[in-house]
Amino acid sequence: MSATNPAAEIPVLARMAPLRIAPPSRWWAIPFRELWDFRELLYFFVWRDIKVRYKQTAIGAAWAVLQPFLTMLVFSLFFGKLAHIPSQGLPYPIFYYSALLPWMYFATALQSATSAIVDNQRVITKVYFPRLTLPLSTVLAGLVDFGISFLMFAAMMVYYRMPVRATMLWLPAFLLLAVLTALGVGLWLSALNAIYRDVKYVMPFLVQFWMFASPVAYPSSLVPAKWQWLYGLNPMAGVIEGFRWSLAGSGHAPGRLVLVSAGMVLLTLLSGLAYFQKMETTVSDVV
Amino acid sequence: MSETVIRAEGLGKRFRVGERERYLALRDLITRTLAKPFRRERKRQTDYLWALRDVTFEIKQGEVVGLIGRNGAGKSTLLKVLSRITRPTAGYAEIHGRVGSLLEVGTGFHPELTGRENVYLSGAILGMRHAEISRKFDEMVAFSGVERFIDTPLKHFSTGMQMRLAFAVAAHLDPEILLVDEVLAVGDLEFQKKCLGKMEEVSRTGRTIVFVSHQMNQIRRLCERAFWIEGGQIYRTGLANQIVGAYEADMSSGASSGDNGNRAAGKTRFVRWTIEDEESGVPNILASTGRVRVAFGVQLSAPLRMGVHGVSLYNGDRNLIWGTAVYNLELPVGTHSLVHELPSLPLRPGPYTWRVTLWDEHGLLDDWQCVPEMLVTTEPVTHPRDEWAGVLNIPAAFSVE
Repeated sequence: MSATNPAAEIPVLARMAPLRIAPPSRWWAIPFRELWDFRELLYFFVWRDIKVRYKQTAIGAAWAVLQPFLTMLVFSLFFGKLAHIPSQGLPYPIFYYSALLPWMYFATALQSATSAIVDNQRVITKVYFPRLTLPLSTVLAGLVDFGISFLMFAAMMVYYRMPVRATMLWLPAFLLLAVLTALGVGLWLSALNAIYRDVKYVMPFLVQFWMFASPVAYPSSLVPAKWQWLYGLNPMAGVIEGFRWSLAGSGHAPGRLVLVSAGMVLLTLLSGLAYFQKMETTVSDVV
Repeated sequence: MSETVIRAEGLGKRFRVGERERYLALRDLITRTLAKPFRRERKRQTDYLWALRDVTFEIKQGEVVGLIGRNGAGKSTLLKVLSRITRPTAGYAEIHGRVGSLLEVGTGFHPELTGRENVYLSGAILGMRHAEISRKFDEMVAFSGVERFIDTPLKHFSTGMQMRLAFAVAAHLDPEILLVDEVLAVGDLEFQKKCLGKMEEVSRTGRTIVFVSHQMNQIRRLCERAFWIEGGQIYRTGLANQIVGAYEADMSSGASSGDNGNRAAGKTRFVRWTIEDEESGVPNILASTGRVRVAFGVQLSAPLRMGVHGVSLYNGDRNLIWGTAVYNLELPVGTHSLVHELPSLPLRPGPYTWRVTLWDEHGLLDDWQCVPEMLVTTEPVTHPRDEWAGVLNIPAAFSVE
């Protein structure tokens, strides 16, 4: 055997614990170590999703701004001006955009997460990597669009001369909550879609329904106080209220609502991870 | 340096086949659940298929092992289990070292990205680090030969160019253990040669390779050991040459033993051919480099006058190895055996084809490319690689005087 450079590494690795391939036993265990080992691949998947999205598009990155902006215009006109839905003292555009910011992120992250496994079935059946990387990459890739539409929001804040508040420091926390929500639901959907292919078609309806169940087009104060906790079971309710409060200072610090939502997010995330891991043990056989 | 790098113990993989639909839809699940109380309980038989069953083996570091077997025998499934793409149903395997799987060429390629971007993406998917890809980038592009187009979107590449680029990336994978599944069967001949060369280079650096192929010459060239997989189990293991020889013998014995069956009856024609060779005992297998008698049976419906009988022998690459002709044959009606006796036919192992013709004063009577092929299963006496030793298998004696 030659003692060339690569061969010299072999004895080192052989001393490491051998990899054991066996029927799935502890499938619920989240492979943190492995995910860390494959972090570069995660980066590449995110990079790929972003690049592919913007290649060969005429509007490209502008779409990330246009979608929330146009929706905000329509809402401001119909829900605000015409239907006179209360906006907690905020100018209508600010009121709606501050909610559309996390909502658009959530909706697009969900759409791409749902088909994450199925779209990549060729790669899944030919190479090994922890499958969690796929929905994780779609959820992270959505942050780029979020960043771009946030810039638009910053411009709007300047235009409406909204003051900079200390509450804005809470924004990263609510953003994290939004990401975890998208991840939790995304894991469920991508796993379900890998097995039941029509989930993808149910998605648009689900997203629309969900939007109306969230305080995007109206403030959560519309919901009577004694039902607030039930309303909070929608994790996005806490996220959106949190965004509105931290960015524009509307309403009081959303305490109970956010707490319930955060609890739901945790539940969704843990159960989503479990279901996804279970699906992963047979994914390459069924996808 | 004889550490075990792959050890498998009773590996098994079971698939469910039959009634189950390939893709389920939620609506079906819902209707089925709702209809359950109303439906008569049918006996649902779930058919299982054991794609792998009780597979046990050990592969040491630096070995190049070939996996051969019929389609559906379980070779690709075994590679998939060892690559962790699919989980085994039973048994376990232990792997020491980094594994690189080449189950497909162009894994991860995306048509919208440029060649450069795809190299990075594909490399990352196959398991290379970013730094590693950057380091080997120029080498990979040079190997593929698509430097000029490296920054154009992949969808503008021809399929050949895509394949070359894909293989260039895959060939520069640097794992301790390489699992390769029939990827060398793609591309034109020149490309295949290049890929084979690269594989040989890799095997020389001491890496362990497990290689699936249907091309026996590749197995012979690259592998020291071979596993013959049949019906999900390891049927035989041993030296590559021996196992391949046995496999080929098994494959051909099922075919017709040299009968020229589907040709027009009643006319003058060749009807069969055999080797009269004691060593192998099978009429179309040549196992020795010594004396051999080849007989071609011919059926004449009319007397033959001024007959010319031509014989040609072609090797696996369709090159003419030997040819001869016999003139002025005079034969009566009936069946005759035209026998050629050769003091020696020193050929390297592989498939060969006989072709015989018969002419008379009026023209061509019959031209038959003999089936089945002749399989030569001799031991190569010189270098095991054909490219260094050629076609002949001559045990020459050497001396200095």
